[in-house]
Amino acid sequence: LTSALKIVVTVKQVPDPNSTLTLEADNTLSRDKEVVLDPGDECGIEEGLQLKEAHGGEVILVCMGPERARDAIRKGLSMGADRGVLITDAHLAGADALLTARALAAAIKPETPDLVICSTESYDGSTGMVPPMLAELLGLPQLTVAKKVEVDGATIKVHRQTSDGYQVVEASTPALVTVTAGIAEPRYASLKGIMAARSKEIKQVGLGDLGIDRGDPAETVEGIADAEARKAGQVIEFDGSAVDKIIQVLAEAKVV
Amino acid sequence: MAKILVYAELSQGKLQPISLELMAKARELGEVEAVVLGVGARAAAATLGTHGAKVVHVNEDPAFDDFIAEPATDALTAICKQNAADLVLFGFTTDSREVAGRLAARLGVGLISNAGDVVARDGGFVAKVPYFGGAKLASMRANHKPAVVLLRPKSVEASEVGGTAEIKELAAAIGDGSKRAHIIKRVVEASEKVKLEEARVVISGGRGMGGPDNFPLLEDLANALGGAVGASRAVVDAGWVPYSMQVGQTGKSVRPGVYIAVGISGAMQHTVGMKASKVIIAINKDAEAPIMKMADLGVVGDALKIVPALTAAVKAKKR
Repeated sequence: LTSALKIVVTVKQVPDPNSTLTLEADNTLSRDKEVVLDPGDECGIEEGLQLKEAHGGEVILVCMGPERARDAIRKGLSMGADRGVLITDAHLAGADALLTARALAAAIKPETPDLVICSTESYDGSTGMVPPMLAELLGLPQLTVAKKVEVDGATIKVHRQTSDGYQVVEASTPALVTVTAGIAEPRYASLKGIMAARSKEIKQVGLGDLGIDRGDPAETVEGIADAEARKAGQVIEFDGSAVDKIIQVLAEAKVV
Repeated sequence: MAKILVYAELSQGKLQPISLELMAKARELGEVEAVVLGVGARAAAATLGTHGAKVVHVNEDPAFDDFIAEPATDALTAICKQNAADLVLFGFTTDSREVAGRLAARLGVGLISNAGDVVARDGGFVAKVPYFGGAKLASMRANHKPAVVLLRPKSVEASEVGGTAEIKELAAAIGDGSKRAHIIKRVVEASEKVKLEEARVVISGGRGMGGPDNFPLLEDLANALGGAVGASRAVVDAGWVPYSMQVGQTGKSVRPGVYIAVGISGAMQHTVGMKASKVIIAINKDAEAPIMKMADLGVVGDALKIVPALTAAVKAKKR
């Protein structure tokens, strides 16, 4: 319970989950909308901070994104993280999961962390593919979907959420952990924290610094089509006859 | 003919439904081999045979059950090197995606996740992936070999074709270094009366339910209809209800006869898990919510008033 922990938390800047998405003419998502630190990552940062408070050590935020993603790191620093690394490079635009994982791995490896904390899945993509790829590239075991994390010396133990309960999963550090949003209520940045964050280091690196070749893309988008849309049906106000209308639909579907 | 390798997922010895769905898709694409790992693999292999697998690689080492992702990655890597698969198909489930991610990174290939379909085209594979709230489908070609694609549960229907697989004992070399993330205990908390994935009626609640204290209203309606209660990611994240109730991209995929979305706006994260339902009824205070545009019937109003009224009416109808 004694040794200090060097903790890396991966963070991502995502479109504000409360904003409405729009499409550009070329079918890419509009880039000029509000962006925020991924709410799931706030929980990862909070867990990292709590572990640091219990064990001592350092919390380092590693983020890949455009120049403006610096704001996401800054927010985490104002919560209390110690420093940040921003991976930004024009050649990373549109990076897929493999390239993202390679870039993150290259930036994290020299830090030799005891613990890498990732959100189980991002708020925008929600595919959860980067963490297992990152664990593999870093040569770490993965303790995933954690709703509770305990570190005791060189042993880490998590409660891994399953569809009907949880599993207790144990490994030796160093390890990669993915956490759920339920793991910890993220703290608000204090004014003092916000002031302190201004002077904390954010190191910026590009693909060249990391020794990575972008290479050929693993996937190519061949076309975009409208998904088979469900036809909108009838929309009614809740008034005296609304419940009858619902019952009628249920009866047609033969469930009442 | 293309060689397809299906990763058939077992959960505590039980073949998961997604595995047979993958078999149905894989049969359309080429010659199918499957791999099934852990205790119960041999019994599962027979089922995979009747669903069209020519060869099933099995290994019943309990390490596959007890350690996360790494032993399975070792086994799959060995098979991929041996049989030179053109496509490895996984289910887009929590356990499978962890194996798929590690495998792709180890092989240095890309992967396409959250696919609703995959087709063979021009000597390769193209997967259909939803984006922009599920309103658009991107056709993505996998440029690497093997292509690695993760198919969302319930995207295809499983069907038997008869047949017997040749069962090959996989001489799995699980490195000792791969026995790391050790599952030392399994705790069951939830006991569902009606399984969400199998219910003919699903009633799901979102933020519009106001708080966890109001979820019993949905339980009452579910009981009256013989259905099950689900939830959106937002309320699961908020801790109102357990993850076992989450319907959506990374929760459960359902396609019941009737889906009633209560106080759920209809973000893609949710709708990809329920839009294949036969009939969708939405109850929401916002007439402009995206869910209203995909519902067969949308009712605009206060969920906390509508749901109890509906429950009473269902009960009255049954009498």
